[in-house]
Amino acid sequence: MEEQLSRAFLDSLLSGRPGSGNEPGGLKALRARALERANALSVPTTRHEDWRFTDLSPLYRLSLNAPGTSVPLTVADITQHLVPGVAARCVFVDGHYRDDLSENGLGTEFVTVVRTGGEDRKVEPDVLDEIGRIATFDEDPFVAVNTAWLSEVLVIHLPRGACLTGPVHCLFVNTQADVVTHPRVLLVAESGSDVTLLEDFVTVHDRAYCVNAVSEIAVGANARVRHIRLQRESRSAFHVATGAVAVARDGRYESNAIATGARISRHNLHVRQDGEGAHFSLDGLAMIAGRQLADTHSFVDHALAHGTSRQLHKCVVSGGAHGVFNGRILVRPGAQLTDSSQESRNLLLSGKAQIDTKPQLEIFADDVKCAHGAAVGQLEPEEVFYLRSRGLPESLARSVLTYAFAADVVDRIPVPSVVDHLRAMILERTGIQELA
Amino acid sequence: MTKEEAPVLLEVRGLAAKAGSAQILKGIDFTVRAGEVHAIMGPNGSGKSTLSKVLAGHPAYEVTAGTARFDGQDLLAMAAEDRARAGFFLSFQYPVEVPGVANAQFLRLAYNSIQGARGRDELDPLEFDDYVREKMKLLEMAPAFLDRSLNTGFSGGEKKRNEILQMALLEPRLAFLDETDSGLDIDALRVVANGVNTLRNDDNAVVLVTHYQRLLNYIVPDYVHVMDGGRLVKTGGKELAIELEARGYDWIQKSAA
Repeated sequence: MEEQLSRAFLDSLLSGRPGSGNEPGGLKALRARALERANALSVPTTRHEDWRFTDLSPLYRLSLNAPGTSVPLTVADITQHLVPGVAARCVFVDGHYRDDLSENGLGTEFVTVVRTGGEDRKVEPDVLDEIGRIATFDEDPFVAVNTAWLSEVLVIHLPRGACLTGPVHCLFVNTQADVVTHPRVLLVAESGSDVTLLEDFVTVHDRAYCVNAVSEIAVGANARVRHIRLQRESRSAFHVATGAVAVARDGRYESNAIATGARISRHNLHVRQDGEGAHFSLDGLAMIAGRQLADTHSFVDHALAHGTSRQLHKCVVSGGAHGVFNGRILVRPGAQLTDSSQESRNLLLSGKAQIDTKPQLEIFADDVKCAHGAAVGQLEPEEVFYLRSRGLPESLARSVLTYAFAADVVDRIPVPSVVDHLRAMILERTGIQELA
Repeated sequence: MTKEEAPVLLEVRGLAAKAGSAQILKGIDFTVRAGEVHAIMGPNGSGKSTLSKVLAGHPAYEVTAGTARFDGQDLLAMAAEDRARAGFFLSFQYPVEVPGVANAQFLRLAYNSIQGARGRDELDPLEFDDYVREKMKLLEMAPAFLDRSLNTGFSGGEKKRNEILQMALLEPRLAFLDETDSGLDIDALRVVANGVNTLRNDDNAVVLVTHYQRLLNYIVPDYVHVMDGGRLVKTGGKELAIELEARGYDWIQKSAA
């Protein structure tokens, strides 16, 4: 029965897939292999160790379709999501790239959309070959399904030494209920380049749908990629996403992932060290309420020597919501002088809120520094007292400290307008009028 | 200097308090009048900090006996925030770090909370910015402190300056300064002491809680109390502080025993 449900669900995700045409490079073969894997795999259940706390069965019971006609949107409808000073804006509505809503000041040699069935010679074959190289799908049905689609892949390519001043903003808007989309982004930052990628998942309604996103990022030698990810789906939606990152020698990957939406969300972030001296920083914040569940599974793979990683993940959980964090750090044999730290801090704002946090360190090199800590609790009484002793009523003191706990992560985001926007959102959620 | 006819700000009688099962305060009596400076000295663990926290309304302590009247009100019956609004101020020995809230945001929240309680106008961020910058000059603090997260990454001296800045903003009637001098270098101590002296007037009062006599060279007390074992065991003038510095606390403990 369960097997049947799994099959029926995966089939529904695969239906409506565009057929193959003259797509460039090895995409045709890649899609075929992915389809084969998607047909062989079954969906995860809570019996899988990696999905113990995240029960996707409500998703499997949904009847999902490929998107039909979108609600008509103009730039005016998405004004609230626009970010000033971007290098490029790429808007996808229900999975389809919308030229009329986008703005590509960089030119198609930097940012372009590769379509299945189409022929796009603007993208260098070497760049296209990166698709599917980092985001492996052998064991992951969601990535396999996403790769079997590849209907519109956003390809961002930074040639050697190219430095962008503003972020590349990818806005994924959902307008339809009961649909599934498979957003796919490939970012190739060649050696010495510097780019900020801002992915923002938003909606215009509050019904159920599913987003199955994959972002694949290759950071070249001595290049820097900053990656901001905002998940603000409808509170009835399901959001499953994988970020797969490979960093070459002395490259830097810095991630800020904020999750406030979706009924159930799962973010897999896999970062792999492909060269010595690579640096990762992974910051995360889940701020959830009601019956929401937000699950972050990160995997930092220190495969070579002299790597550094810094991770701070926070959950603010109220109502009957449930935050999940699993932070795996692998230091492989030979990855000497790895310097890694991970901190999971969690705030429970109600008696029914729940947190499951698990650091998972696997260390196979002997000369390394790895620090980790996890804390789950309520607000510190000493901090509440400090604010009350300055005249703040207890409820305001608690709200301010909750705001601060979340804002601490938001403040690390390198785009000031995004920081302001998120701070305002947190103020609203914590109900503080006094700071508005 | 001391005006027996000045109004009583704080009257503590027989105050006893415990933290968990440990009885820390065992009967404290003292009176503070407007315009006075008191120093409470004593060895570590004598209960000095506890006395400050109990009077400020720290929830970790339970009052087991005694009374404290502040400006005619029953201080112990009031919530911590109401004590602050009534004009009681505690400068913390260890100010709390709150990453994520800008110092300016916090200072304005505190200022407006107190202003509101006094029936005065609250300030918007721009108005407050002008106001707080003026007060910061008193403590020789750079405006950059406004943008930093509250106390986060501040040195010991910077935290203490920030505490006295709050005192300057909130204009309390009675300020307890808990170990405000510990860990300060001599320059920072001078700045902080100068700030406190500038804020003193005939209508307010300051209680210095300290382990060392050094601070009292800069803020001269009218009364020095020695605390030991949860009681005030000796009271004198500023000479007592000098004697304590020279002889230590042992002779007091012996003569009190």
